[in-house]
Amino acid sequence: MAIDTKSQLDYAKMDLLRFTTAGSVDDGKSTLIGRLLFDSKGVFEDQLEAIRRTTEKRGGEDIDLALITDGLSAEREQGITIDVAYRYFATANRKFIIADTPGHEQYTRNMVTGASTANLAIVLIDARNGVMTQSRRHGFIASLLGIPHVTVAINKMDLVNFSEETYEKIKKDYEAFAKQVGIKDIKVIPISALKGDNVVKPSENMKWYQGPTLLEYLEKVEISHDQNLKDFRFPVQTVLRPNLDYRGFAGRVASGVVKKGDKVKVLPSGFESTVKSIDTFDGELDQAFPPMSVTLRLTDEVDISRGDMLVHPDNMPKSSNKITAELCWMVSEPLSLKKKYSIKHTTQTIKAMVTEIEYRTNINSLEKEKVEQLNLNDIARVKIQTLKPLYFDPYSQNRNTGNFILIDELTNNTVAAGMIVE
Amino acid sequence: MSPVMEAKTLSHLKQLEAESIFIIREVVAEFKNPVMLYSVGKDSSVMVRLAQKAFAPGKIPFPLMHVDTGYKFPEMYEFRDKFIADIGAKLIVERNEAAIADGTSPFKYGVQKCCGLLKTQGLLDGLNKYGYDAAFGGARREEEKSRAKERVYSFRDAFGQWDPKNQRPELWDLYNSQLNEGESIRVFPLSNWTELDIWMYVKMENIPVVPIYFTHKRKIIKRKNLLIPWVAHIPILEGDEILEMPVRFRSLGCMSCTGAIESNVTDLDGIIADLITTRKSERENRIIDHGSDSSMEQKKKEGYF
Repeated sequence: MAIDTKSQLDYAKMDLLRFTTAGSVDDGKSTLIGRLLFDSKGVFEDQLEAIRRTTEKRGGEDIDLALITDGLSAEREQGITIDVAYRYFATANRKFIIADTPGHEQYTRNMVTGASTANLAIVLIDARNGVMTQSRRHGFIASLLGIPHVTVAINKMDLVNFSEETYEKIKKDYEAFAKQVGIKDIKVIPISALKGDNVVKPSENMKWYQGPTLLEYLEKVEISHDQNLKDFRFPVQTVLRPNLDYRGFAGRVASGVVKKGDKVKVLPSGFESTVKSIDTFDGELDQAFPPMSVTLRLTDEVDISRGDMLVHPDNMPKSSNKITAELCWMVSEPLSLKKKYSIKHTTQTIKAMVTEIEYRTNINSLEKEKVEQLNLNDIARVKIQTLKPLYFDPYSQNRNTGNFILIDELTNNTVAAGMIVE
Repeated sequence: MSPVMEAKTLSHLKQLEAESIFIIREVVAEFKNPVMLYSVGKDSSVMVRLAQKAFAPGKIPFPLMHVDTGYKFPEMYEFRDKFIADIGAKLIVERNEAAIADGTSPFKYGVQKCCGLLKTQGLLDGLNKYGYDAAFGGARREEEKSRAKERVYSFRDAFGQWDPKNQRPELWDLYNSQLNEGESIRVFPLSNWTELDIWMYVKMENIPVVPIYFTHKRKIIKRKNLLIPWVAHIPILEGDEILEMPVRFRSLGCMSCTGAIESNVTDLDGIIADLITTRKSERENRIIDHGSDSSMEQKKKEGYF
């Protein structure tokens, strides 16, 4: 499973899966990540040795896999995880980036952060407890953040005698919930992170389970269809003018495909031109698609600057200075209606105000609540007004042109994450 | 999978490349006065290549800064000067001359204090001298546990210090570049790269690296399980053996604080194969990290990158 020999390695063909794990220490999340890294050889001997020493110092015997994900000294002192940690491992076919987030209610903001860049979320459920509030909360956040694939790992199967019945019951419960919150693709896998069953190696104890192990699933899950290849959007980052004869628009393809010779429209000016070339350091390309960073040159002299967007004239994004969005509030100072914030959306930053809180979603009951203000970790449907129109797509159709952050103009802190509804 | 669909997926290295280029361009577009910290090692070589890619066909629109301690390997200085001349970049070399004149060394002051004076202080002085508001660094989250929680845009107060409990949330690829006067950020475009990714990319892109990453014969001091490159200023202790043997370096720093590994690897394929089978982490032979379990976290809080 792990890369063992050089001959297995064809790095031109390896792809990349970013996933997030939500769950608390009690669910065995740290043990699961420790197990994945350990069994796929993502941990080094000298790191293991340090962990072995710590385990011994604390009077433990077997190596404590949870310590592999141990982080800052501040956290070790308090025995908690305070922040998103990023971890890495690779198999012969795929590189993995884990956004490892603490699962407690007060860490909703960390879960949202970890989920923002993920293609897949692992929701951990303790087999003894079944589907609890926390597992629903994680599923809700995964669906809110538009994560295409959710994997439910039913952990601690060893503590319920590897019971198929328990697995089936939890599976049924969670699938019903997933349907309710609109999770598109769900996979349920019974595991024991502590003993290693169905994490990397198939379980000897659960012959009744015919599906893939967790790692097999992570390796094979099809992610090439997840990106939006339909709607071409190219937010301009910067204009490259190395000499008088060259004027290129540098940026990353947010969605869709652009080809040399395509007609494009510049927003907001509305000017139309044709793609003369798609340039990179390594030469010209015939086409570009997400998430490529390229430089476009046009056949006409057009005035374009950072924050402008290039699109196909027959496929336009929405445009408005009034948007409705899901907002996750990320700081302890509450949201102030009518206060001016900066909104960063694609490559432009402009002034904005939250004009109305429609409702707050109770992340435990999923009920809509009427509230006067938003506090840390609240998720709410709000109306926002911006100084200039934004060019956007609904987040559900286009993650890259449907997301934004709010910045406090006084503290400069990032105070909220937003997903545009309309 | 149809060939058309296949053509619309990027390999993981190409995805990492695209992400890094995006980050480098964002910084240049949003900051007044960026600089790239250039430490001569493999990560720096890759980062510089990515900067070239971000602004081609133009030149890199910011200077590179090498914070020199005076204790680097002669091969590193030689490589640096040729590499920079070849790509036509602007290089600034910063040294804490007062501390160097004072004879600062790990043997005089201990590893922690020596690093604090020559590296951290040298870096902070350099950044202040030119008023840089953003400094690119080649650190990777995989390298060390305190780096695992580092942001791509790492916000620093007026003293260049990092506060792990007070980091800005970082979502999607929307990096918050707002600063108050005197504050700055460190930017890590290689955050999501691993050591293996770096070497695969060096191979794929044919990027020059310092030759002592490959096996060569060198005079070394064998001290317990450490192989310390022999330099005149390193005191010999009882029990040390002085040998000449084939070694290479997995990461490069100051001569007195960088351990060698015994090896017979002579090419990039060998390094990659070694990495896949080796079970030791990259910083294992960095004597510098051995101070205490949290020494990197501590150094970052003090302003190290």
